[in-house]
Amino acid sequence: MAASEEASRPFAGLSDVSIAEDIPVEGDISVPVGPSRRDDEFSTLDEPVKDTIMRDLRAVGNKFIHVLYPKQSSALLRDWDLWGPLLLCVTLALLLQGGAADHEDQGGPQFAEVFVIVWFGSIIITLNSKLLGGTISFFQSLCVLGYCIMPLTVAMVVCRIVLVISSGRVVFAVRLAVVTASFGWSTFASTAFLADSQPPNRKALVVYPVFLFYFVIAWMILTYSPQQ
Amino acid sequence: MASKHDPFQFQEFDEAGDLLEANRDATTISIDDEDVKPKQSTATGFSTEADTEDPLANDDQAELLSGQKKSPSFWSFEYYQRFFDIETHHVKERIIGSMMPWPRKNFINVYLRRNPDLYGPFWICTTLVFATAISGNISNFLAHQGDRDYKYTPEFRKVTIAATIIFSYAWLVPLAVWGFLLWRNNKMVNLVSYAFMEIVCVYGYSLSIYIPAVVLWILPFNWLSWCTIVVALCLSGSVLVLTFWPAVRDDHPRVMIAFLSVIVLLNILLAVGCKTYFFTMPGNKTVKPTNSTT
Repeated sequence: MAASEEASRPFAGLSDVSIAEDIPVEGDISVPVGPSRRDDEFSTLDEPVKDTIMRDLRAVGNKFIHVLYPKQSSALLRDWDLWGPLLLCVTLALLLQGGAADHEDQGGPQFAEVFVIVWFGSIIITLNSKLLGGTISFFQSLCVLGYCIMPLTVAMVVCRIVLVISSGRVVFAVRLAVVTASFGWSTFASTAFLADSQPPNRKALVVYPVFLFYFVIAWMILTYSPQQ
Repeated sequence: MASKHDPFQFQEFDEAGDLLEANRDATTISIDDEDVKPKQSTATGFSTEADTEDPLANDDQAELLSGQKKSPSFWSFEYYQRFFDIETHHVKERIIGSMMPWPRKNFINVYLRRNPDLYGPFWICTTLVFATAISGNISNFLAHQGDRDYKYTPEFRKVTIAATIIFSYAWLVPLAVWGFLLWRNNKMVNLVSYAFMEIVCVYGYSLSIYIPAVVLWILPFNWLSWCTIVVALCLSGSVLVLTFWPAVRDDHPRVMIAFLSVIVLLNILLAVGCKTYFFTMPGNKTVKPTNSTT
């Protein structure tokens, strides 16, 4: 009976209409005004534009350094982005313009042709590596292939500078050496990143298309002849 | 064990356990106790009886039990992954096999063994396209070495033209051959019939001999060029003829001869056409880059 009396006591206050002071309410039921989600810290709306751009540029520059010294790091794979490849492709295509044959058909590659070769080539190589059972994702592979064009772009810059000076046989030998070295560097850098994602009995099958891709780009750079 | 009319009794589980012991691969979903019980004795007969007695139940279960899987649709990624199921040494063997025809060895039977791949044909064709364009460019340059008025151009348009020619040869001609063989198969019973992918594979790998040939055509020696073209034609032509010979052997002799000679003729056309269009011979300097029209 004492239990039933005690049991009925909490219910005694219910007959009273105003219950605010009698029964304390636990917790906070106010709706949060601003977003308190995790990605609030990454909202780029409030920071100055310079910060946003610098952050992306720093990421791109960091990846360039990883291409220059290709060691086993996952920076290119983990935080892939396609800004770097786009930048390199546009630079390469622009530098390949203004070539020989004054706007005629038989001349060097047009701007669009360079773009098509680089991007469609990368896509086909990525598809090839995925069909052979690679574990790398589509955009990661595009990112790696695009970033590894950097040595070839540097070679293009060197070639154009050297061609301003003169255009004889010695210069051709210098250009050949520079382009060959950068082609080897590009292939080596990209296989360092890509080859690990394949089973060992198919590595050569994946590396060969990459080799062909950079060979074609190197050929385009080497055959660039200035207007006379 | 409780009575079997108790709905909460896990009798199904016991039966499933028995079945699982008998046939490890089976997925055991049983619908009715009474129907399943007499089948416990034969696990192998389970699939067929399940089909007839329980058509609603387990269409996919029956499929899984009989070891079949639905083949992936033509538009899915997995459909094409089947054709890349090869390793490096397979590709090497196939390339070498396509360069060395052997009288009794049929390329499809010996090397492909029901596992045609798309890797070889596609990348050999691509390599040949770029090799032809680049070698043609170099040979043009070397042929015009002494000219004062010759201006070197990379001639990038030729890559597109080479790609069109070589890819049509490697994909449209197999389509025609496959269609022809299918038509003849309807008329008379043949022992040998080839799938479309296998024919594409043979054609793709038979082009691999032209890659070193094209590189050799850079050197400005007429006799060397004609020697290499004859050798390459003989090798790739005989691989193709030896491959398709068993398929038309029992046919009417005129049809057989016509078919084989068309194959050889197209091969010759490709080789000679590429040579004359992309390569200039020393002494034949009338082909100027600014004059050629397509």
